[in-house]
This record gives sequence, C-alpha cells and structure tokens, in this order.
Amino acid sequence: MGRYVIRRLLQFIPTVLGTMFLLHYMTSLAIQFSGNPVRALFGDRTPPPALLQAITDRLGYGDPCLEQKGNPCFGLFLDRVSGVFLHFDFGINMRRQEVTDLVANAIPFTLKLLVIAIVFEAVVGIAAGVWAGLRGGSFADNLVKISTVFVISVPIFVLGVVVREFIGVKFGNILRDQEWVPDVIAYGFFSPGFKPDYPFASLLIPGMVLGAVALATTARLTRTSIMENIRADYVRTARAKGLANKRVIGVHTLRNSLIPVITYLGVDIGSAMAGAVVTESIFNVPGIGRLVTNAARTGEAPVIIGVVTMLVLVILLVNLLVDLLYAVLDPRIRYE
Amino acid sequence: MSDVTSAGTAVGGAPGSGDGRSPEKTSKSRKERNASLWADARRQLVRDPVFMLAVLYIFVVSTMAAFPRLWTSQDPRACNTDMSRLSPSWEHPFGFNTQGCDYYSHAIYGARPSMVIAIAATGGIVLFGGLMGLLAGYYGGWVDGVISRLMDIFFSLPFLLGAIVFLTLIKKQNEATIALVLFLLSWPTIARIIRGSVISSRDLDYVQAAKAVGASNGRLMFRHILPNAIAPMLVYATIVLGAFVAAEATLTFLGIGLQPPAQSWGIMISAHDVYFLEHPWLLLFPCGLLIGTVLSFILMGDALRDALDPKFR
Repeated sequence: MGRYVIRRLLQFIPTVLGTMFLLHYMTSLAIQFSGNPVRALFGDRTPPPALLQAITDRLGYGDPCLEQKGNPCFGLFLDRVSGVFLHFDFGINMRRQEVTDLVANAIPFTLKLLVIAIVFEAVVGIAAGVWAGLRGGSFADNLVKISTVFVISVPIFVLGVVVREFIGVKFGNILRDQEWVPDVIAYGFFSPGFKPDYPFASLLIPGMVLGAVALATTARLTRTSIMENIRADYVRTARAKGLANKRVIGVHTLRNSLIPVITYLGVDIGSAMAGAVVTESIFNVPGIGRLVTNAARTGEAPVIIGVVTMLVLVILLVNLLVDLLYAVLDPRIRYE
Repeated sequence: MSDVTSAGTAVGGAPGSGDGRSPEKTSKSRKERNASLWADARRQLVRDPVFMLAVLYIFVVSTMAAFPRLWTSQDPRACNTDMSRLSPSWEHPFGFNTQGCDYYSHAIYGARPSMVIAIAATGGIVLFGGLMGLLAGYYGGWVDGVISRLMDIFFSLPFLLGAIVFLTLIKKQNEATIALVLFLLSWPTIARIIRGSVISSRDLDYVQAAKAVGASNGRLMFRHILPNAIAPMLVYATIVLGAFVAAEATLTFLGIGLQPPAQSWGIMISAHDVYFLEHPWLLLFPCGLLIGTVLSFILMGDALRDALDPKFR
C-alpha cells in the first residue's frame, strides 16, 4: 500500500510539470503572436515607451523570449516552476494581486457549488438507482432509465438557461409578489443568479443544475450494479440465513454495488469543477471558473497557469484517494 | 472531461441493462450462431426500433449539414428588421430571429458546423488516440511509460476548462481550431480503451501462434490484435460524436466558440436566451435540434454496445 502510494505520487511529478509546461507554452505563444498584454491596461491611449517597459517588467512580462515567435521560453518556465514549488509564489495578475489571494477569494463559492452538486447527485442518484434496480423491468425502472437518458443528452448550459428563466425568473417572480413567502426563499433560493446576501441559498439551484448530468449517470450505474449483485450467490446465502430484507439490501447488496458508483463520483469531482465554469457564468457566481475565464480573456499567464495547476493537483489527489478507497471497500483489491 | 466522460460512463458503464432484448430474440440469435459477430450485430440492430429511429434522425441532420439547399430555399442572411421576432407561421415554420432573418433556414444551416466539428474531432481521436493506445499496449515498457504520462497530462486537464483556456488563448475561433482543441483534450480516453484491450489480447494463444509463424510486429498489431479493440472503440466514438456536438454548442454559448455571422445552433441559443420568456420558440427550436442530435448519438452508441458485446449472446 505504502509503496503504491509513493509510486503514484511520483507519477504526479511529470504530469503536473507537463501540464504546467503546456499552459506555459500556450500563454507564451499567445503573447508572442498577439503582443504585450500589458498594453490592454492603457485602453486606446498610447503609453510612453519607458512607462510601458517599466510596468511590463514589474508584471513579469519583460522576458525577451516573449518577443520571439515560437520560442518555448524554457528559462521563464524554470523560473515559474521554482517560484511555485520552492517559494509558493504563484505570481500576480494585472492589478498586482497575488494569484493565491484571488484563488482564496474565489474558492469558497466553487467549493460550495461542488459540495451541493455532489451531495445532490449522490443522494438522489443512488436513491433513484436503488429504486429502479430492485424493481427491474417495472414502471419505476423504465421511468428512471428513460429520464436519465434524456438528462444525459441535454447540454448543461441548455439546462442552466431553462432553469434560470423558468424557475429563477418566472416562478421566482410569482413568489416575490407574495408577501407570506420568506425572503430567503423568494430572493435567495429562487433568485435567477447568485446573491451575495444569501451566499448559500442562492447557490442551491446552480449546484443542482451542476449535479444534474452526473446524477443521471449515478442513477444508471447504481441501477446496473444493483441488478447484477442482487442475483449473486452471496445475496442468496444472506437470504437463506434468514436475514431481514432490509439488511440483505442495505448492507450486503448495497455495499458491494456502490463500488463503481463511488469511483464515478470521485472522478466526477474533476469534471464538475470544469462544469462549474458554465454554471458559474450562467448564474453569475464569482468562483474559480469565472476567474480562469477572465484571466484567459486578458492573457494573464500567471493566473491561468497557477489556477489550472492547482485544479489539476486537486483532481490528481482526488483520483488517488478514490483508488485507495476502492481497496477499503472491496477487500479483493490489493495494492502491493 | 465533463461531457465526454459522463456520457461515456453513463452508457458504457451500464452493460447489464439488457434494453429491448426479449427472450425470443435470444433464442433466434442462438439459432444463427454460425454468423460472424458483425453479421449478428447488424441483424440485431436492424430489428431495434430505437436504433433505427436514432439512425434516421442522424441521417436527417447529416443531410441538413451536407445539403442545406435540400431543406430550405431561403437565404438565412436575407433579413428584414421589420420582421424581428415574429411568431412561427405556415411559410416560416420557425418564425424570425431578432434581426428578422428566417429562423428555419438558420436552423438548417446551423447543423453544418456542429457536424463538421464533431466528425473532424472524432476522426482525429480515433486515428491518433487509437494509434497511441495500440503502441502503448503492444510495446509496453518505456513506450508505454512515455505515452501514459502524455495521456495523464491531457487527462488531468478538466475538459471544458482546458477548452476555454486554449480557445481564448488561440484567439482565432473557427471550425478548425475548435475541432483541434476538442481533439487535443479527448484523445487519451480512446487511447486508454485501446491500450486496455490490446494488453488483454496481446498474450492470447492465437497471437503467440501468429508470432511463432513469423508474423511481423505491424501484422500482429493490425491484423491480429486491433480487430479485438474495434468494437469498444466504435461504441465510444459514436457516443463521443454526441458529446462533441454538445461541447461545440457549449463553447459557442460561452462566447469562445463560433462567432455570430456564422450560423450554428450554439449561436442561436446564446443569442436568444434573454428572450426566452416572451418568445420561447427562439430557444426551443435550436435546443430541440441539439438535444435530439446528442440523444440520437447516445442511443446509437448504447444499442451498438449491446449488439457488439458477445457476452450478451
């Protein structure tokens, strides 16, 4: 187990460095081909060359290799890598704010969104999957099967826009006209976008939208896995021993059936982070997704590299944890 | 990887669903056992109404993409602002958009970019990802090490986030660059599928026999090992086509995909989402076409997987 973890952790090094180099090369190429991003700070005015040079140097875009088209700028890359890993210095954005501060401000929103999404998809998805799986071929089964295929095929932004307009605007307006409805519900939960006054209530619907697609997948996975396991010998043995149905389903069947589901939920944390970009822009949440999108638009290389590298590290760690959890849940799996 | 993997796991991870397989069908396929896997699969697919409906829908959308003139004689750029957002009528079944252009012809011409991007990107990942997976699985050792680390790099980048960063940095958003970015971020999945399937069939007896007879590496790989991997690759490629259609629309909606003078379903949705409550059809028609296409690809992949899996015979 220990050796396995160490080997996996060592494999992170080339992956993270490779990702950083990819992002570094992309951002450098963007600067080399479309010019100094610092000019954007001045709008349509032409800054004096000395001032432009000074600001460019101070913001870290002064490396001469950024003017040679196609140059991979290995020196700059080494500086960035040593800054990040030796001094925990992720650099600054155009307004001289530390990237670490920017992330610290944005992460609570994205984290809340993610937790809501994962809890929603796990609870509802597993419940629906168990419900359908125990009654294979029945109405419940077909309902879950058909509705999940439909949910999977709706792109998340279509779902987001429709939910925002129907539930946030139309239904929310009706509620906001009623006097007896508490403000948390009318202005928080049913608001068409994020409201700083209700930092949790107004994130519930965006979180559910974010979790919807994965919810359908979770339900399908649980359903198949329950259907496979319910016919297994050990379940028959448990029944033959005279155990209560509740225990046979709840402990014996469910524990084994949830292994693939938990793997999927772990992997989904990564894709939910990416999906959060869409949800955040539809519901106007000031989270990580918006931070990266804005940084890409203005060409702020340190922000892009820093934030995406952090996300990649989180995803890699989560994947490792899921693999380890696998061994805990299923004693047949051993990592030597 | 959001869209791609979720759709892939959703369908690929549900092998025991047994959709639409009645007992009499199983007994029939048993009688025709001597036919090949592909002939069997074809027979089963032709009898599957869901699969045939999905194929029909995709055929319709493909003809829209290839020959839009078959479907409409209107020019989507002949606009008249007097007609702005008029409701659907008999001559103009989808009504008019904000600029007063015929919305039906927009919807027809909008099929092309989605399909072109999806097909180009899928072709790319099948060829390149397939080759990488084949090499990594067959040679193992350091070749596998290098290719696997390369896959990890692209695999750990979240799909949408990576696409957004790349497309914004490229600053040139057209069909070619979108297809290229989608290809770059999703080839590792197919490479993993092929790699796994190659590793499991590399040491089978018949491959050893072919090697003993003196078959070359290339012949072993392409004649003897690769055919085992074709079925899962085909299933995944079908599903990924739908995922790419959705991804193109999503990127366009976020403002970093195709740009307005072009026609595409994503542009139609993003341009009209604010009019949803007053003029819902402006959103419903493009959304319907888009969802139908994605759904058809997913259902096709689902049916293909059931038909091509010998375990279910």
